[in-house]
Amino acid sequence: MSDPLLVIDDLNVSFPGRNGVTQAVRNASFTLGRERLGIVGESGSGKSTTGRALLGLVPRPGIVTARTITYARQNLLTCSERDWQDLRGRRLSMVMQDPKYSLNPVQTVGRQISETCFLHLRTSREDARRRTIAMLEAVQIRDPDLVYRLYPHQLSGGMGQRVMIAMMLIAEPDLLIADEPTSALDVTVQNEVLRILDDLVRQRGMGLIFISHNLTIVSSFCDRVLIMYGGRIVEECAARELGNARHPYTRALVAATPSLDFPRAELATVVRDPAWLQ
Amino acid sequence: MTTPLTTWLTTDTPASRSQAVLGSFYRGGLALLRNPTAVVGLVIVALLLLAAIFAPWLSVYSPIVQDLPNRLAPPSAAHWFGTDELGRDILSRTLYGARVTLTIVALVSIVVAPIGLIVGTIAGYTGGWIDTLLMRITDVFLAFPRLVLALAFAAALGPGIENAVIAISLTAWPPYARIARSETLAIARSDFIQAAVLQGASTWRILFRHIVPLCLSSVIVRLTLDMAGIILTAAGLGFLGLGAQPPTAEWGAMVSSGRDVILDQWWVATIPGLAIFVVSLGFNLLGDGLRDVFDPKSS
Amino acid sequence: MASDSAATGAVRPQQRQFAVVLVQRIASFLVTLAATFVGLTAVTFFISRLTKIDPVLAVVGDKATKGAYDAAFKALGLDQPVYIQYFIYLRRLLSGDFGVSVLTSRPVLDDLLRVFPATFELSTLAIVIGVVVGVPMGVVAAARKGRWVDHVIRIVGLFGYSVPVFWLGLVGLFIFYGRLGWVAGTGRLDVFYIDVVTQRTGIILIDAALDGNWEVFGNAFSHLILPASLLGYFSLAYIARMVRSFMIDQLGHEYVTAARIKGNSFWRTVWRHAFPNILVPLITVVGLSYASLLEGAVLTETVFAWPGLGNYITHALFNTDMNAVLGGTVLVGGVFITINLICDLLYKLVDPRLRTR
Repeated sequence: MSDPLLVIDDLNVSFPGRNGVTQAVRNASFTLGRERLGIVGESGSGKSTTGRALLGLVPRPGIVTARTITYARQNLLTCSERDWQDLRGRRLSMVMQDPKYSLNPVQTVGRQISETCFLHLRTSREDARRRTIAMLEAVQIRDPDLVYRLYPHQLSGGMGQRVMIAMMLIAEPDLLIADEPTSALDVTVQNEVLRILDDLVRQRGMGLIFISHNLTIVSSFCDRVLIMYGGRIVEECAARELGNARHPYTRALVAATPSLDFPRAELATVVRDPAWLQ
Repeated sequence: MTTPLTTWLTTDTPASRSQAVLGSFYRGGLALLRNPTAVVGLVIVALLLLAAIFAPWLSVYSPIVQDLPNRLAPPSAAHWFGTDELGRDILSRTLYGARVTLTIVALVSIVVAPIGLIVGTIAGYTGGWIDTLLMRITDVFLAFPRLVLALAFAAALGPGIENAVIAISLTAWPPYARIARSETLAIARSDFIQAAVLQGASTWRILFRHIVPLCLSSVIVRLTLDMAGIILTAAGLGFLGLGAQPPTAEWGAMVSSGRDVILDQWWVATIPGLAIFVVSLGFNLLGDGLRDVFDPKSS
Repeated sequence: MASDSAATGAVRPQQRQFAVVLVQRIASFLVTLAATFVGLTAVTFFISRLTKIDPVLAVVGDKATKGAYDAAFKALGLDQPVYIQYFIYLRRLLSGDFGVSVLTSRPVLDDLLRVFPATFELSTLAIVIGVVVGVPMGVVAAARKGRWVDHVIRIVGLFGYSVPVFWLGLVGLFIFYGRLGWVAGTGRLDVFYIDVVTQRTGIILIDAALDGNWEVFGNAFSHLILPASLLGYFSLAYIARMVRSFMIDQLGHEYVTAARIKGNSFWRTVWRHAFPNILVPLITVVGLSYASLLEGAVLTETVFAWPGLGNYITHALFNTDMNAVLGGTVLVGGVFITINLICDLLYKLVDPRLRTR
């Protein structure tokens, strides 16, 4: 592995509010190559905010500070709005949680996917259509010509998420952030969507940040795992090594995961220690 | 500053119904006072109230007695806002006009809110054909152009404050029925209503002890937002000569009397018009603030 | 739709279903229209009963004999039960018989058709102003929520909600006509331009343009612009406020973030992605304010001596010409209801989600 794709050093995200400042992410530092990195944590642990910060889309009035955020040697901290528009969708992209809300309800699937194409590749209308159909095929949609003309409400959840993946990958970015990409889906289609995502990431040699609260999925799907708690990265380890994690929070999480191989009458509850935030 | 009173008001575990009610009023009031526009609105409405109550003491001249030699006098030290075409002091008439406006607003509110609440809660709680019928009637009234219908009513009933109130009320109640119905539909499904039913509470008891009090806050917010509309409609009727009859000082009629001289004696029409404007602005600001406090979603 | 095949298989029948849905919608539209019209006429009928003016005396005059009075009483159907009288009234209305105006001694319907174009011209220009200015204001206010632009737009809107239209009209006349002389005064035309162009549509701007008489056109426009701007201001206050709240709601949706992630600029996301999603409720808002302009015109027309529907109704009012008042009310109410319901229909047709359900 030559240069890392993404270098983050001392990332902080805070939201000033009426009752003082809320720290969503504190002193987060990590690097990413062309690998699959999982970020795990409970809700409110700052994992989604980290993802948004990498895209420069932390909602107002959030404040992002960091010592460094570089993406392929480009300093993201000094990006202009124009630079961001060229980066987003083209170089780094994101698959969001629920296709029911993250697809525009009044535009056809074809129009939404080909828009990414128009924005970045400046292709002709026919070419954009051809690429879109090809991309729909790549996410294993059976009748791409038909789906091209459909509106989001006519899609099932699994189809919707494939359309989302197609929309975010058509301009061939180098890094994809997947923010809980399967947690809004039925368990039966979760694996299918994950497999498609996995195939595409491998084929294209992309970097992937996989954000999830599901330890099992992350450990089977990623190379490396970051555990976040209260806005802090409390542990970083290889996915295979999760069983040997050192931090008490990680160990508690692992212990709280149900397993068919070792069925237990009662799952452990995670006991939190305020000292972890220090 | 935690006095025993504020502690009692802000407790999380009120010991009685009245403590809970007072506590929520206290918190709502505090939130309202933090909202600058609402405070401006509150001040304007308070000034209107004071002007209406103390009009006889605040005004130097009679609002009715004519002073023909002194007609259409421009603003001066003696007559701050000048005099009208019959030599009456415009400031005094404007102050007395606050009484008419306030009367109309108060009467319309007293008529409209109960009608809307009763129709809406009954429709929402009973459902079935009663609901369909009541809502159809509401829709018919809602589909009417308000001012034109009020005009037709006022024309049929004859001019005057009472008839203006009736005409405005007849056209103003439907939105309240709508609001009360939709609130009722949401409340009626909740468990505590089911519990009351299981305890054997009568339909009337459930309607008036449980549902109506809960609908009240949205109806009041809507009423405040509507006050400006009521004032404007009333002033419009007055302007057309269908409101309070001369020589009563009424803002709309005062603007109308200044109409013919607007190019030369601008103050005759301008001052009462400004009064209408400021007062409806006050109610709008207050209503906006109330809505922000009671219903943060819709702001 | 649990699997792909179910989703794709369901599409073609859905499109065939569209025709059926359309017919159903139009049928229910007509039923609602009829029901509301019955309600409207019932109310105007009720009002005509309320009035203290004796309809018989209006026909036969004060000095009629007892016999003539009774004959007219019978002829008007006043000896019948009330509901029969209502049906007589309804049948007359449907056949276009609104009675004869006491004031003009002409059929009320003729009068209404004569004055309506003036109101139509005024309110149409007003709604165009309201939409062209109000929609962008609302969108910008929502996109810049909580910043100074938003506050300015909010205050402009609040003023529109609070100011009495007849007063603002007078002040406008005083300033722009009396002091500055930028616009023409009251009425639709200066005296010496009246009846110069051929009446084709009754809408002077169009008639003058068709005649190629640009002098009349200019004069008509200079009479029209002030009242139309005032009315336009009132509708833009409403439209901007509604658009703002619709847009704030839409901008909070995930698909807006998704559009940004694709690389759309902020304003492109606002206009191309969020804005099309509010078109459906926007139609209703525009329709509602267009309809209410027709009635808001009552006061404006009085102030500007604009010979339209509102002016006609108020004149009738003061001459206790109940036929004319009620005829006007039925017409305004009818237009109001029709616009409302058409919006409702469009509402259901424009949204792809509603279209196929």
